[in-house]
Amino acid sequence: MKLKFVCLFTLAAVSLQAAADLSKPIETLRAVQKEGQGNEAAGQAWQQIVKADPAALPEVLKGMNGANPLAENWLRAAVGVLADEALQAKKLPVQALVAFLKDTHNSPGARVVAFDLIHRADAKVAEDLTPTLLEDPSSDLRRHPVAKLIEAGNAALEKKDKDAAVSAFGKGLAAARDEDQIKTLAKKLRELGQKVDLPKHFGFLMSWKMIAPFSNADRGGFATEYPPEKELKFDAAYEGKAKEAKWVDFTSTDEYGKIDFNKPFGMEKSVVGYAATDFFSTEDRPAEIRIGCKNGWKVWLNGELLFARDEYHRGAKLDQYKLPCQLKKGKNTILVKCCQNEQTEQWTVEWEFQLRVCDATGTAILAKN
Amino acid sequence: MKTTSLLLAFSFYLSASAHADWLQFRGPNATAVSSEAKTPGDDLKVAWSADLPGRGLSAPIVVGDRVFVTCSSGPGQETLHVFCFNAADGSKRWERAMRTTGRTMTHPKTSVAANTPCSDGEHIFALFSSNDLFAFDLDGKLLWLRGLTYDYANASNSLGMSQSPVVVDGTLVVQSENDSESFVAGLDVATGRNKWKLERPKAANWTSATVWKNVVALQSSKGILAVEPATGKTVWDYSDGASTIPSSVGTGEALYAVSHGITALAPEKGAVTQLWRNEKLNPGTASPLVLGDSIYVVNGAGVLIKASLKNGDEAWKLRLKGPFSGSPVAAGKRIYIVNERGIFQVIDPEAPEGKVLKEVELKETVLTTPAISGGAIYVRSDAKLWKLQ
Repeated sequence: MKLKFVCLFTLAAVSLQAAADLSKPIETLRAVQKEGQGNEAAGQAWQQIVKADPAALPEVLKGMNGANPLAENWLRAAVGVLADEALQAKKLPVQALVAFLKDTHNSPGARVVAFDLIHRADAKVAEDLTPTLLEDPSSDLRRHPVAKLIEAGNAALEKKDKDAAVSAFGKGLAAARDEDQIKTLAKKLRELGQKVDLPKHFGFLMSWKMIAPFSNADRGGFATEYPPEKELKFDAAYEGKAKEAKWVDFTSTDEYGKIDFNKPFGMEKSVVGYAATDFFSTEDRPAEIRIGCKNGWKVWLNGELLFARDEYHRGAKLDQYKLPCQLKKGKNTILVKCCQNEQTEQWTVEWEFQLRVCDATGTAILAKN
Repeated sequence: MKTTSLLLAFSFYLSASAHADWLQFRGPNATAVSSEAKTPGDDLKVAWSADLPGRGLSAPIVVGDRVFVTCSSGPGQETLHVFCFNAADGSKRWERAMRTTGRTMTHPKTSVAANTPCSDGEHIFALFSSNDLFAFDLDGKLLWLRGLTYDYANASNSLGMSQSPVVVDGTLVVQSENDSESFVAGLDVATGRNKWKLERPKAANWTSATVWKNVVALQSSKGILAVEPATGKTVWDYSDGASTIPSSVGTGEALYAVSHGITALAPEKGAVTQLWRNEKLNPGTASPLVLGDSIYVVNGAGVLIKASLKNGDEAWKLRLKGPFSGSPVAAGKRIYIVNERGIFQVIDPEAPEGKVLKEVELKETVLTTPAISGGAIYVRSDAKLWKLQ
């Protein structure tokens, strides 16, 4: 009895020691910063972590909660090494990983890793978990059940069960956050006679006040502070490039929310335009403004510059740039500067952007207005 | 005496058959020419293939008996993979998977795994189009990492980037040249910290550095800037413009710049002498190759052009089965190249008009440059890595 107690005590002590040993190296990895700061210490700490028992995997994954993307990668690589060895030895702590996955307080990135590990260890367990991920905070995890709903809808179509297909595709669209799946589902639903409101689904801002053209000669307009950067007076007119610049109202009819300066102002070159809109938030909250634009651009929220990008005509796509921001309750003013350059090739005609407000998972935040 | 002779003969044998590594884009000194005595020969067949879980047009590199290759997977190519395979049988030694911290947008033809990794023989440095950079030892131990777009927020190109890093005497030189926050940096290979960082022309650039005569030659639309690898200090500067896609090659006493066709340069400290220029030697996407006393260029129409290294005079033209995104490589007296349709071609450049000796159909899209090591050739696609022998 006494011996048993001593053994148990020793085991517990060893286990506690192991846990204590890992917390320090995990903190070291979490401390890495820009420009390689902390790399030397992180390299040493990483070696300690990859020697841990596979049972420590959830703890290492937990280290990713709130970590910066560099620290996440250090930890992700360590998890990979631990998991490879655990899988080979059939020691992956599947149930602990399932518990980790189910706890949505854990970071989306870490939970995605947990799900992948569960899938590698036991595809059936992952399969059973998949439907529970439909409303998951992680858009990566939502992909799996949405893919299943697309399959289910297609299977229903083959059986000529239109109602079941509409139901599956509709549920899929409501949950989908990735453009490829949204496009597929919207097409399927429309083919089945259903209405799909893509601007609302994505949360594109469709109505703006716009003003142009200011000069962007020699691309100098990007850095020039034209009047809209100093004041938003929508009844004002300013000296523009070869003509007066005045504010006009513009509402996009493009279902991907393109705000096209060429429409109200003509196909100008070497010009700068501005677009402004008010977004009424129901609460103070963190958000992301996501913009797609192939022109030079700047975005301000309530007078604060969020980001500026001086690249021209290299391509645009949905959510090309994600700008974390803080919305305040009530009116928030968003100002976009969009610069067209001097190129004359056919593929440089576009002078436009698309912009949406969403949360970090890509779920649209709809304005009160 | 007899023993000494035998030892000498044996050491000669060892030297002649020595295995040489292929440590970076276009191999030894970025010349694309194998330094091995043992050459792959003509009658090449697929020895093995290994499946890859993601896309990529980075070239494989070879260190000893290990082949390293990168790829990117996921709906937005956010997952970055670094693989190590056994050269002998294609079995996987290790894999590391990380996540992008930079932007993943690229032209559909290219992908996030576009930059070829490099090695100093002890470490692997894997850079991706997202500007994520990882250093491993040969056994997959993560030594350090960087997120260069996380560090420098406007360092990206919406068409994708592909500049491959080079490592010289303890300094890793990485380029991120684009329309916005364009730079080159020399990093300490032990820590990944900046030793130096220089602004570069604000213009998209897909060329890779050439290490030649103890300098790193950085090519851009403005020309070629040669810097000391340890300090980034300018050694010489050629400012008559250069291509932003195919990269130059330095060998012997000249640097063959992809500038107004090909321009042969003899740079010295602070000055650059032009030896010759041939504007008709106009490479398409593939970088030029110097083999023996000739330079070979694949133009945009898929025609291989042989020209004199002495004066740039054209010797012959040979139409190949194109189009090409990858560059030619060479070993012994053979040139090897793969077209975009996956047709691997073995060329005899000493035949009077050049001759294609052999074709191997890989039956997949191939946009990359092969690697040569151990008498074998390694090629990759978006889904496979092949060993040809």
